[in-house]
Amino acid sequence: METLERILSGHPFFDGLAPHHLDLIVGCASNVRFAAEEFVFHAGAEANEFYLIRAGRIALEIAPPGRMPLVLQTLGEGDILGWSWLVPPYHWVLDARAIEPTRAIALDGRCLRGKCEADHDLGYELLKRFALIMERGLQAARLQLLDVYGRG
Amino acid sequence: MTLSTDVHPLAPIPCRIRRVARETHDTFSLELDAAPAPAFRPGQFAMLYSFGVGEVPISYSGDPARPGAVVHTTREVGPVTRALGRLKRGAAVGCRGPYGRPWPIDDARGRDVVLVAGGIGLAPLRPAVHAIAARRSEFGRAVLLYGARGPADVLFARDLERWRSAAGIDVSVTVDAGTPTWKGNVGVVTGLIPRAAFDPQRTVALLCGPEVMMRFAAEALRARGVPAARIWLSLERNMKCAVAWCGHCQLGATFVCKDGPVFPYDVAERLLAVREL
Repeated sequence: METLERILSGHPFFDGLAPHHLDLIVGCASNVRFAAEEFVFHAGAEANEFYLIRAGRIALEIAPPGRMPLVLQTLGEGDILGWSWLVPPYHWVLDARAIEPTRAIALDGRCLRGKCEADHDLGYELLKRFALIMERGLQAARLQLLDVYGRG
Repeated sequence: MTLSTDVHPLAPIPCRIRRVARETHDTFSLELDAAPAPAFRPGQFAMLYSFGVGEVPISYSGDPARPGAVVHTTREVGPVTRALGRLKRGAAVGCRGPYGRPWPIDDARGRDVVLVAGGIGLAPLRPAVHAIAARRSEFGRAVLLYGARGPADVLFARDLERWRSAAGIDVSVTVDAGTPTWKGNVGVVTGLIPRAAFDPQRTVALLCGPEVMMRFAAEALRARGVPAARIWLSLERNMKCAVAWCGHCQLGATFVCKDGPVFPYDVAERLLAVREL
């Protein structure tokens, strides 16, 4: 059986992390499952976790009043879900809904925030990794905004 | 200038439309009766002439192994393509071609091959997918990543399903904007590249779509470790003569119609970086 430590150490997101930092992160990790159509989190709720998706698919969506929810992005195996736990006031901005049965590792953001405050090296390592995810998300959003497949 | 050939290189040959297929709300395919059928290679294009309106370059989108089935797929974006889109079965169009440098499919033998298509860019790649599917054992992993604007804009849905289920091609489709009934991926096509299963060191990548998309896709492939010289792009420019006479499609000293439209990224990157080009 795979331990949380082995799973996390084998994930590209944690590549190059010092073993003692990985130990600190494993202490904040737990396995979670979501049924199809189950919400992982709702916009506006406190953001105190992030997730490493192991199997399944999650839709990030927004539900404008009076309109059908709009899916902005789907995430799958190997993807990292959620960065609002890192940014005050720690509230989710979008809804996340499992679109198929999904397994993930949840990382407790409150626990990690405390450890990052106590150990800035760990904080910097995590911030570097999340900066990359945010940058990719920003570039993807820009590309979507360009509507490159729109009418010529 | 004295021309020594019997047929002027710019003279179109009249062809009858055998079939018109409406692919999406703004995209259609024309199947033409061409005798003799041109022996095109995947990635090449023809000039199609809507009589009295004008001539446009349109890639071959059919199966190169089916001689006689000359298919072109295009989107209605200008006067000529709109006029072509109004034509019915039996109508005549002018054709000349094939032109241009094809996809380097033979160079991909023994390697993984990754095809990244965006929007109508799947049409010029479709003959390449047919060719790879027909010779599947000659390649390593075959991956097709396709991005469209929305679910209603996904082209060749039946082909995508057949390539996935019967041709051993790992097909992933994503749309920029989902709808409540769409159960597939949502997000830009470049987002599929980091998680696609291929070995970057032994990969040949073929990209076709809007130029911005290809640039992002090429960078994502390079970030995975695919050498720029093995990333191939199909460029689109204002082609008129298609035989490197007129210069309308020039990118610097390069004629897209003759030297391309397929270029390796280590060449195309420099050309695309110049705004005025």
